[in-house]
Amino acid sequence: MHKKISLTVNGTKRSVEIDERESLLEVLRDKLGLTSVKQGCGVGECGACAVLIDGTSIDSCIYLASWADGKDIRTVEGLEVDGKLSDVQQAFVDEGAVQCGFCIPGFVISATELKESGKDYTREEIRRALSGHLCRCTGYQKIVEATEKSLKKK
Amino acid sequence: MEFTTVGKSYKRKDAAAKVTGKAQYTRDIGRNNMLYAKVLRSTIAHGFVKSIDTAKAEALEGVVKVFTPDNLPCGNFPTAGHPYSLDPSHQDKADRKALTDKVRFYGDEVAAVVAVDELIAQKALKLITVEYEELPFYLDAEEALKDDAVEIHEGSKNITGHNSYTVGDVDINEAFEKSDYVFEEVLEVLPVQHCHMENHVAYAYTEGNGRLVVVTSTQIPHITRRILSQALDMPAGMIRVIKPIIGGGFGNKQDVCIEPLVAAMSLALGGRPVMYDMDREECMSCTRTRHGARFYMKTGVRKDGRFLARELTNYGNGGAYAAHGHSQVGKMGGNFYRTYPAELATKYEGYTAYTNCSVAAAMRAYGIPQITFAVESHVENIAKAMNMDPMKLREINMVTQGFKDKLSGITINTCELPEIVKTAKEYIHWDAKRAEYAHQTGDKRRGVGFALFSYPTATWPVALEIAGARMVMNQDGSVCLQMGATEIGQGAATVFSQMAAETVGIPYDMVHFEEFTDTDICPFDTGAYASRQTYVGGKAVKKAGLIIKDKVLDRASALLSLEKGDLDVKGGFIVRIDNGERVSSVEDIALDSYYNRHTADTIATDVTATVETNGIAFGGSAAEVEVDIRTGRVEILKLINIHDSGTIINPVLAEGQVHGGMSMSLGYALSEIMLYNPKNGAPRNNNLLDYKVPTLMDTPQLDVAFVEPYEPTGPYGNKALGEPPAITPAPAIRNAILQATGVEVNKLPMNPQGLFEHFSAAGLTEEV
Amino acid sequence: MYDIGKYREATTVEEALRYLGDDLDSIAIAAGSDVLIKIREGKLSGASLVSIIKIEELKKVTIDGEGDIHIGPVVSFTQLEEDAIIKEHINYLGQAGGTMGGPQLRNIATIGGNVCNGVTSADSGSTLVCLNAQLVLTSEGGQRMVPIQEFYLGPGKVDLKPGELLTDIIIRKEDYAGYEGKYTKFAQRKSMDIATIGCAVMIKKSGNKIEDLRLGYGVASPTPVRCPKTEAFAKGLELTKENARAIGEKALEDVSPRDSWRGSKAYREQLIKVLAERAIIDIAEVGGE
Repeated sequence: MHKKISLTVNGTKRSVEIDERESLLEVLRDKLGLTSVKQGCGVGECGACAVLIDGTSIDSCIYLASWADGKDIRTVEGLEVDGKLSDVQQAFVDEGAVQCGFCIPGFVISATELKESGKDYTREEIRRALSGHLCRCTGYQKIVEATEKSLKKK
Repeated sequence: MEFTTVGKSYKRKDAAAKVTGKAQYTRDIGRNNMLYAKVLRSTIAHGFVKSIDTAKAEALEGVVKVFTPDNLPCGNFPTAGHPYSLDPSHQDKADRKALTDKVRFYGDEVAAVVAVDELIAQKALKLITVEYEELPFYLDAEEALKDDAVEIHEGSKNITGHNSYTVGDVDINEAFEKSDYVFEEVLEVLPVQHCHMENHVAYAYTEGNGRLVVVTSTQIPHITRRILSQALDMPAGMIRVIKPIIGGGFGNKQDVCIEPLVAAMSLALGGRPVMYDMDREECMSCTRTRHGARFYMKTGVRKDGRFLARELTNYGNGGAYAAHGHSQVGKMGGNFYRTYPAELATKYEGYTAYTNCSVAAAMRAYGIPQITFAVESHVENIAKAMNMDPMKLREINMVTQGFKDKLSGITINTCELPEIVKTAKEYIHWDAKRAEYAHQTGDKRRGVGFALFSYPTATWPVALEIAGARMVMNQDGSVCLQMGATEIGQGAATVFSQMAAETVGIPYDMVHFEEFTDTDICPFDTGAYASRQTYVGGKAVKKAGLIIKDKVLDRASALLSLEKGDLDVKGGFIVRIDNGERVSSVEDIALDSYYNRHTADTIATDVTATVETNGIAFGGSAAEVEVDIRTGRVEILKLINIHDSGTIINPVLAEGQVHGGMSMSLGYALSEIMLYNPKNGAPRNNNLLDYKVPTLMDTPQLDVAFVEPYEPTGPYGNKALGEPPAITPAPAIRNAILQATGVEVNKLPMNPQGLFEHFSAAGLTEEV
Repeated sequence: MYDIGKYREATTVEEALRYLGDDLDSIAIAAGSDVLIKIREGKLSGASLVSIIKIEELKKVTIDGEGDIHIGPVVSFTQLEEDAIIKEHINYLGQAGGTMGGPQLRNIATIGGNVCNGVTSADSGSTLVCLNAQLVLTSEGGQRMVPIQEFYLGPGKVDLKPGELLTDIIIRKEDYAGYEGKYTKFAQRKSMDIATIGCAVMIKKSGNKIEDLRLGYGVASPTPVRCPKTEAFAKGLELTKENARAIGEKALEDVSPRDSWRGSKAYREQLIKVLAERAIIDIAEVGGE
């Protein structure tokens, strides 16, 4: 069940040999070495594996790798600009939003989707937009504050 | 106390790595030629494996080996993350093997498949057939403790642990007789699970020289090494345990859950790397839980509200193996007495029972969330019955500074409970809201509530407290800090670095902390639990830092021909004490220590600190809620945690710790529970959809305040903070619901259906 | 890795029908948030899959000359919630979809998948039954149209024959024009949860009276259901709090909630009453969504 797919990963065009039974999470982690993509549940209930697919945050554990053919995929490994953290990443560092960090790549991905929309979000809208991610360390408070801060920075 | 680096909100050492994906967790590392394991778990709750047929599984392409207890060498081992006791009578119970043919809970480990990939291993599990002989099973502690119950562990009478004491100059019955009122009730909490986002994962292999390496997501690398040594009958020195970055633990990784299994399998396969990465479902029901318990509480009170006699009998549901059950029951007992010392007598009788539930063990605050829910609910109920302000009743009875604990021998040096009560009252507008919400009708009703706690820092005098620190000064004057204490997400790397910078006299950025705890490299420490690391490990850092500073000053004095006593190290420079003049940099001294052709002697130290004190931490939570009488839904309008943890080393990190604990307690209060099917003991909701960890939408604004006395026994005036935040939000919310509705809910969780049932029973749902 | 036995990917409806037709055991997979999870659980091990996620023609919401709204089954819940046509005419359906799972799931999970999965807790289900949605089922042999109520056969069971694909969800103008609606999901958590009870209410007002009421529930019966007795009872009633309560109580005659470990019958009955009552009051006082 092998086939080759072509996709853009963090700005670089790649051709990857995949097994059609693989999830995008497995291909990103095991074949492309993008280990920021975390598996927390395998069924789309925790959000730790979220990546940007054509700019939209999607749980890669329940997304077949085959579907990524022709898509633009981004993970937190690809968010730094000229070796500097993106606004979202920097805000997560500055606001103390990071603890164990296992859920954090997923949150950063969803927050980046908001940031790149260019829209304004109320705190309630931010809370809803990030509510597909579970975090057990932070009580979410500083994650929301960091996201809000990064969105305010124009 | 004036500090330079301690007490400031430096950014986490590991934050940038964690937002960019550079942080490496166990599964991210791996080895070439890795094999993957999956475990066959029992489909009965209690009984024996009569026969097991693995032939078909072994024949599946890609399967390397199928292990059963018969072909996997592994001895008995304990799993609790405690320091080893030299006294055999105090050693943890070695009641576990990597695989078992006696099944003690639904999901017990009866066989394992090692294959070239996880899908093949999973498919092979389905090809194994097992015949069981079933025994009666027990999901309730008191059922398991009945005389005619079948023993889950031979000779145990199903008692995992028992602790009892009486304190006071008066006989407990006489004390009750002297009381004007006696209140008795039963309170209960049910098991919950940690739900750290990274599941348990470990892999093992041997080096060419035969040494075993185990890479694992653990809070306790050095303890894991000792337990592996016992399980595998291997000398400790032949084992190396490495803890990479870990994705949360909360006590569940203070147990040795999967390391003996992966290690034994790797050894049986000639040392080939074997990884076992648990599914979420397995991790939830087959690792550890926070135990449920039933509390039979009795309190004798004088007319003025003073507690004269307090008595508690509790039965904890310890699950299928001992783990921490025997020690938690003691910690709970100590806490019962200490928080509200009765004037005349206190009596405690605590049991942890073996049952056929998932194994219960440590989870953030080690039995204290359970007993605090019971005590704080009971106190609130007494206040209501006596028509007293519950805050006042607490103030009359709560422990105070200077209290001499007759059980532990500890004297309380610092206790800011009065200030905590005051802060809570101001925050929640206690008097005004209590009056405003006194008589309500309608669908939605509001209330305010409060609860308080006391919590020991580390485990002295119950267990050994030891911590190691190695500090090596680099050529640039920075130091590498290696500790056996572990960074598990709580911020240990950051606060230890702050402490080191403080004591040595260099900037925070000049301290580099080794986050991969490696038992070959990092000095001995028992690990992350009991909120002990900043207190015990902090002492080791201080000790090492003082030695390093002293060596720097020795060399500076010799090099500069200045009196050592006239010099200090500040901000990375050697300064004159009298006028603050910078006479050299630490970098210059460090460089000299490496390359001086005559006196080169690098500046390094390796120290051990032991602690024989305990600085008790205190705190409380205040909550304002709105209760929907008709649906049982509770909205949290305001919630604060106020902590007396002594000096706060890093306020932003500390707030983050408190937020996380509050969120966990919020789930404990309103939604979380591990459910088991009464027909067969199978877990029902061991996944993140059916087990209700609060989502962002369920979590309100979380407020935090600190009261910071200087605790003289702490290395920097600090006391416990890691676990305490998870203790009081649940009872505070419960007490707010009581004020809102008048209904005494004596059981957790208070999920919507549960509250609806309480309200229906009280006739409230008919009124509205 | 998922235990998938056979995998084919269609980019057109025609291609999908061919694949579904030549292997009658195959299952259409849109975004996988149900199918992949069932494979992982072992309920569909070794399944033969026909992926329809890349069929662009099934990802559109349109309105035809008659005013009937066509929702492509591969429309995601996020797309549904943000779609201009949905927002203008049946915003409450978009809002209902917006209560499903969490954001990442809604970015991928499709309305067609939600319908074909056939579970009573489907968040779009109760609103779709109120809207009397017409499902177009296409196979290589032809096409048939089934009202959604008839499509639901039982828990997890739908009237989808081997070789058939859901190709259109039609909301006829007569079923939405003039109605205000609201969907209330009651779940333990406010995100990423399944409904304890889902309640959809549509009201056509005439002055302060109920000209027509449509009431649908999820988890109140083995499938999403309408409440014909209650709807008949409500016709012509004044929009008062007392009547709202009476309607909520009447609804119990139309539903058959079960006791399960996820929720007791008694508790579900309470929610069935309260959610309808409160939604009716909301629509009366502030209007629907």
